[in-house]
This record gives sequence, structure tokens and C-alpha cells, in this order.
Amino acid sequence: MNDNAVSVSRVSKNFHYTSARASTLKSLVTGIFRSDSSKSSDIQHALRDVSFDVKKGEFFGIVGRNGSGKSTLLKMIAGIYQPNSGHIRVEGKLVPFIELGVGFNPELTGRENVYLNGALLGFSRPEIEAQYQEIVEFAELDKFMDQQLKNYSSGMQVRLAFSMAVRAKADVLLIDEVLAVGDADFQRKCYEYFKRLKKDKKTVVFVSHDMSAVQEYCDRVALIEKSKLVTVDSAEKVAQLYRQLFNSEELTKEIIEGKRWGDESVITTEIKTEVTAKEIIIRQTVQAQADGLDTIIGIRIKDSSGKEVAGTNTKIEQVRVTPTIKGTTHTVTWRMSNVLSEGDYIVDPSVLLADGITVADWWNEATILKVRKGRHLPYPVDPGFSVKIAKA
Amino acid sequence: MQKIRQRFRYPLILLRQLVKTDFKLRYQGSVLGYVWSLLRPLAIFVILYVVFTKFLEIGKDIPHYPVYLLLGIVFWNFFIEITTGNVSVIVSSSDLIRKINFPKYVIIFANSVSALINLAFNLVVVAFFMYINDVQLRSEALLLPILILELFAFALALGFFLSAAFVRFRDITYIWDVIVQGAFYATPLLYPLSMVPVSAAKIILLNPVAQIVQDARYVLITDQSQTISSVYQNGRMRLVPIAIVTVSILVATIYFRSRSRFFAEEV
Repeated sequence: MNDNAVSVSRVSKNFHYTSARASTLKSLVTGIFRSDSSKSSDIQHALRDVSFDVKKGEFFGIVGRNGSGKSTLLKMIAGIYQPNSGHIRVEGKLVPFIELGVGFNPELTGRENVYLNGALLGFSRPEIEAQYQEIVEFAELDKFMDQQLKNYSSGMQVRLAFSMAVRAKADVLLIDEVLAVGDADFQRKCYEYFKRLKKDKKTVVFVSHDMSAVQEYCDRVALIEKSKLVTVDSAEKVAQLYRQLFNSEELTKEIIEGKRWGDESVITTEIKTEVTAKEIIIRQTVQAQADGLDTIIGIRIKDSSGKEVAGTNTKIEQVRVTPTIKGTTHTVTWRMSNVLSEGDYIVDPSVLLADGITVADWWNEATILKVRKGRHLPYPVDPGFSVKIAKA
Repeated sequence: MQKIRQRFRYPLILLRQLVKTDFKLRYQGSVLGYVWSLLRPLAIFVILYVVFTKFLEIGKDIPHYPVYLLLGIVFWNFFIEITTGNVSVIVSSSDLIRKINFPKYVIIFANSVSALINLAFNLVVVAFFMYINDVQLRSEALLLPILILELFAFALALGFFLSAAFVRFRDITYIWDVIVQGAFYATPLLYPLSMVPVSAAKIILLNPVAQIVQDARYVLITDQSQTISSVYQNGRMRLVPIAIVTVSILVATIYFRSRSRFFAEEV
């Protein structure tokens, strides 16, 4: 008796950089005569010795930051990539949603795409025919099915793809976070679908860096960081650890090593943040190293996954920046109302010359902005809501 | 039996759908659509007829020479469509391969079915000209499906091998182009085999494509077509083309199977 739906045991995965691989016959031939000492540095360890089990009927989360190896893991469970060592066993039929609408072809009509995508999901023609009407109704695309997909708006495409996805009959569903993209209405549908999966006791493996979604749906969560499995625990505990890890020395170190470039004619010397319930204030100190330069000073705010959420610059705000005088320092104070959802955000300050192309100082991940609201929302903004119910 | 059906259920569903899609896309935006599949061999025949009966004086000793030529060209085009047509097909399906796990061989088969359909169209045209030219059908014509099967198997084997190799070595397409150019003239497509010395004909006929084309001409059009059996009598060398085809299938299967596991990360 085995009640594991997915078992991952001692799985490692390496990727070879393309430069190391002989992509033409010539380099294959010449490569034989070259010493291979440099080869090992071209190997990227995407995952090292990862083991865990997903039980039947479990909503299992895999979290980790960008580049931690979580998507590689998902693709290996889906059978798209092969592990270099260890093995993965899946009980029953598995349907992966690495992306919605796999195989969608813009030149085909909506109807034809339904059959094509359906075939990829394992549906025969009669099976699709039997539920065709439901698919179309759910996607709300009744009038458009005989039009080419290229004439659809992206929202319509996503609706059609999602309408197909929820039909998938599988013992194990693999869902990548990209599923939850799109407008609010669509996100709601997505989360409703998740709830239904949970209610139906489906086995789901859900990959995300959105801790609030993970906390809401997942029974257990695996945390992946730097190609290694850190822990498998309850969603609550992993969420806690995730936040700790993200604020730990690791990140501070990354900030010090952080990507920063430019010609250094004008530099950001200091960046400070202040977060209140109502307002976010960012103070950027800028120092000129040369005379007479016109500059554009800007900031950008990204969420913990690196997705850009806000940003502006002096040009957009139509604030005149006086030409630089060597050695002088200015402080730029940015104020915005605190509409961000709870979480940690990254601030990227930048100084560009007025041509808008020459970078004087671009500083990625200069500092972190901590927004605490006392509640999690699965959306990027939390401007504070007021709700009133009145008798009509 | 049930197990086999279960195992091939998904590949078959996929194959059918991919073939359908391919067909819809192929003739989209072309006014005549499928008619082109018929017009192409017709046009080739007219050109061959004019060139070889009015200007060039070769092939006089072979009855129905233009039809004889057409059949060769039709077979050759079929071979090219499956080999050259499959070289880059895995790479161009990278979008699919990276997002879902499915048996990769389906792509090659799906891409080759249209070649089979084209061949059927072309053979209709050949039959039409055979009728016009009063070619006498003999009972040997029944062997034609076997020859087509042999050609299909050989072309598929090469298609599988080339497409898998192309994922890693992008030079394959250029190399294959050169090989095709050479093979076109090394195969007795435009000239009668009787024009070359017997010793050369013996070598030429070891090439499975040449053997198949000559055999097909023999069974369908004229017993004046030199075949591998007529050149080697009953020697063992007769079996060389079949051996080449068999080995090709084995090598291609093994190579494709072992490489296809890594397509997703290499395309």
C-alpha cells in the first residue's frame, strides 16, 4: 500500500551552459583536443539531493525565490526534464500546467484550438465534443469560437485556456504560479478553482512565491533555497521561515554584492526608507562627481519576487534637477501613499543622464522596504478598504 | 491488448490532432489549397516531357520515359519531404516540448503524414499519365506498396536521426543539404541507369533510394528498368539496401530514444 501520489527521492539536476556544449560539429571536434578543466565551472547545479513525498489528496506547495530551482523541480515532476540522479515517481495520471493554453496557435480558430489543447491534455475528439458547450460557456466566448485566436484579446485567450484547464482529469495536478496571472476577475476564478480542487481532495502540487496564496491553500509546503530543500512543513511555519530567510544576512550580502553599474558621474550615496501606515518615504542622497550634467533621478519598487510594482523619476514627475556641481550632494525625497500589500519590497534607485540612455548609477536592490499591515492579501496593493452594507 | 490500447491512446489522440492542425495551417491563405498537391506533379511532368522528348536525346531506349522520370521524381520528393522536412521539426516545436511531457516521436510522425498524403496525390497523377501513355499494368504492380513502405521506413529513420541530431548540432541542416544535392545525382532519377557502366550501376543501386526507385519503375512502368536483382543476379549483394534500411531504423530508434529525454533542456 502506498499513499504517496508523488515521491521525489534524492533528486539532483545540473544544467550545462550552452557555451560548454558543442553546438556545432566543429566545436565538438576541437573540444576533444582541449583540456576539460574548465568544464566544471560551466555546470549549474539547479537542484541538489532533494527528497520529499506528496500524499494523495494533499495540496502541496513548493516555494522559493526566483532562481532557487523550484520551477526546475516542477518540470522534473512533470517529466519534462530528467534528473541527473535520484528518481521521481508519480502515481496515476499527471497533468501539468506550466503554462496555460499549451499548443495554442494564433492562426487557428478558437474551436480548433480547443481540440488541439484538449489533445495535449489527453482528451480524444469525442470527449472534447461532449463538453465543448460547457467549455465555451465557461470562457464566455460563445460568439468568438470561429474567429482566429490572433484576433482574441489576451484576456479572452486566458479565459479559453483556463476553461480548458479546469476540465483536465488527472490524479495529480501540477500548477505553476503563472496560472494566477491576469485580471482580478480571472484571479478570483483561479482561486475558486483552487478551492474546488481542495474540496474534491485532489492531489495538487502548487509552485509559487506568493506566500499568502500558499498559506491559504497548501497543507504542507517545501521550501527550496539555493538549489536545496530547506524544509517541508506546515504552510504557517514555512511562511515564517521564508520571511526570516528573506530578511536574513543572505540578502544583506546580496545587497552588498548587488548589481550596480553606471559611469559613476553621479552616484547615489545613501538610501533610506520610512514606512508608516499612511505613507512610504524614500530618501535618496545623490552626489555629483562631475560638473554641468543634467540628470534624471528615479526609483523603482519591486516585490520580493522581483516583479516591478511601482516607480517614477524626476522626468515623469516634471521636477527640474539643476545641473551638477562636482562634489555637491542633494537629497531627493520620494513620498507615496502606502497602498502596498504586506510584504517586503526592494528599492532600486537610479541616476541617468538627461539623454535617458547613459546610466550614471543604477543600483539594483539597494535597500528593502518592509510593509506591515497586519493582514495578507493575495494582491499587490492593499490601499485599505471600507465596506458598507445597506438595506436596498 | 487493453494495455497496448491504453499505452498508445495518448500518442494517437495527439497524432491525429497534430496532423489535422498541420493540414489546416498548410493551405491556409492559399486559394487553390489541396489542388496544389496535384498541380505540382502535373507541372513537373509537363517540364520533363518537353525537356526529355523534344530536346534531350536520352532515355530513348526506355519506353514511356517521361512517366518513368515522373515516378522517380515523385518518390524522391517524398523522400526529401520526410527527411529534410523533419530536420528542424523538433527544434521548432520547442515551445511545446518545454511545457508538456509527451512522446516526442509523435511530432515526427505527424509531420510525415502529410508527405504520405502528398505521395497519394502524386501517384494519382502518375496513374493518370500511365493511362494516357498506355502503360500496361502487370501483376508485379502489386509489389508497389512494399516498396513505398521500404522508402517510408528509410526516410523516417533518417528523419528521426536528423531531427534529434539537429537539436545538438545545428550544422546538420547544411551538411544534409550537401548530401541531398549529391544524392540527387547519385540516384538515377534523371538519367537511365543504362547510361552508366555496369560497375557504377552496381554501386549506385546499393543506395536504398536508388534500389527502390528502380524497382518501382520496374513493377509499375517497364521491365526495361534496371533493378538491383538484374544487376547482381542472385548474389547476396542484393540484400545490402534492405540491410542499410534495417540498420538505419535501429540506429535512429536508439539514438532518438536516448536523446529525446533531453530535448526539453536542449532545444
